[in-house]
Amino acid sequence: MSPHHDENPAGAHLPLEPLPGHASRGRLERVLRRGEFAVTTELNPPDSADPEDVYERAAVFDGWVDGINAVDASGANCHMSSVGICALLTRMGYAPIYQISCRDRNRIAIQGDVLGAAAMGVQNVLCLTGDGVQAGDQPGAKPVFDLDCMSLMETIRTMRDQGRFLSGRKLTTPPAMFMGAAINPFAPPYDFRPLRLAKKIAAGAQFVQSQYCFDVPMFRDYMTRVRDLGLHEQCFIMCGVGPLTSARTARWMRANVPGVHIPDAVIARLEGAADQKREGKRLCIDIIDEVKEIAGVAGIHVMAYRQEEYVAEIVHDSGVLKGRRPWRPEPRADDALVAGRLDHILHDNRVETPQQILTEAQAAPHPATT
Amino acid sequence: MSDQTHRAMIPAAGQGRAPQAKAPRPGGPAQVARPGRGYAVRLWSVRHARALEWFYRRFARTVLLLHPLWSALGYGRVEKPMRFVERRVKGFMFDCRMCGQCVLSSTGMSCPMNCPKQLRNGPCGGVRANGHCEVRPDMPCVWVKAWEGSRRMVQGDAILTVQKPVDRTLAGTSSWLRVTAQAAAERDHRKDAA
Ligand code: SF4
Repeated sequence: MSPHHDENPAGAHLPLEPLPGHASRGRLERVLRRGEFAVTTELNPPDSADPEDVYERAAVFDGWVDGINAVDASGANCHMSSVGICALLTRMGYAPIYQISCRDRNRIAIQGDVLGAAAMGVQNVLCLTGDGVQAGDQPGAKPVFDLDCMSLMETIRTMRDQGRFLSGRKLTTPPAMFMGAAINPFAPPYDFRPLRLAKKIAAGAQFVQSQYCFDVPMFRDYMTRVRDLGLHEQCFIMCGVGPLTSARTARWMRANVPGVHIPDAVIARLEGAADQKREGKRLCIDIIDEVKEIAGVAGIHVMAYRQEEYVAEIVHDSGVLKGRRPWRPEPRADDALVAGRLDHILHDNRVETPQQILTEAQAAPHPATT
Repeated sequence: MSDQTHRAMIPAAGQGRAPQAKAPRPGGPAQVARPGRGYAVRLWSVRHARALEWFYRRFARTVLLLHPLWSALGYGRVEKPMRFVERRVKGFMFDCRMCGQCVLSSTGMSCPMNCPKQLRNGPCGGVRANGHCEVRPDMPCVWVKAWEGSRRMVQGDAILTVQKPVDRTLAGTSSWLRVTAQAAAERDHRKDAA
């Protein structure tokens, strides 16, 4: 067991001991506040009602990441809800990051969901505006956008720090959430972007994850301005990275995914490679190598949509963890005991079904019953 | 039987045509329904944000000076004509959506309610490389313009303050009158305190 195992001894699914100065009782906040280089990733939400689909998709990250983003219908495509994914993940002890987008729900629904998520053990929340409905599979839907990402953050902060709803009504137990936001240094107006981060921090952001970074010089410029403003000391900044599968997907993403900026040089490099997929991974690792050295970068956020199995490889090969092993689900002592006795339990002639139990109980003399 | 089948087919055929027509979705905030008019006036206003800021400051002061008149007439009674004027003027100049809680002074004279996501705190992450909107590719992003406008204004840094969520009950009411009434109340309060 490593010195920082970050698990509640009474059960992995329970929140950790509260620490002074921590907003949440979660693992991600502990890792970041200890100054360790954090790694988060994104779970591809299933189009299914089977919890196993979520667990299978989470298992590929075991031991490689400190947090898993549960996306809220990203790209306005319908999938299992982020709150549902979070609830499943916390049961197993994972540290999900609950994404909330303003596109689909109004302030009443969102505040209720935040309480529900907190009650289910969710410790991290990421506030997003959300892509427009036109980007998704159901463009006929009504866009809500009642709050925007900043007023959403202020709302959650009010709930957490002042223990009340937006209306002023009191909460009996406020949600202890580590609050995050998204940044996109790669979209205009470029000189406003660092100030917008300042605004997000003012609204309550404690960590931010960036959009895919394929243009390191641009990100470096952004970080220079962020450092000039002193923002890296007020907020943990995680750089978004991810492998591209081919030059064709890169072109497609550039044209169709809002806010993704891919320089021509990147596409040329992919095109020139014999094995584009390998090169995409290589490129991702190269980018990680560069961004991890930029002052003020507290971690990376690996988005490997439909290639989640490569996250472990990318994190390993880039060496960002420096030998640290993030938390992974392990069988507890009593589970191990059951596993050891499984043979005995299965092969002993035991009463199995409720019917059998009932028959036995009725057959036995029982003075108390009439 | 055959009659029923027939009837069931008609709406289906109608639906098939609908997406091609690209009809604006009713009710949603994404609707910016001003067919046939470009963004020229709106962009002009942003380009002249500084002059408009100067003008509005004088205008607000004048309206505030007339506070005794408004209260004599009754704010409720002035609301309707004021709303009429405000809607026309600001509608023409800024494509104003009458949210009733104007923030033009904090947004470089670019009305944020024209953003399809109605963001009040800055651009989303989807702005296209050419500065156009993610949702409406033909429209320059409202917030890119807001940032430009704010750089021209004396008090342009107001764009950096975090705005509260929109109070939807105020939609359609006059923002000018509300601001005036509030300023008057504040002034009286200060006078009382002194
Ligand atoms: S691109 Fe600009 S106008 Fe379009 S939704 Fe985003 S912030 Fe609003």
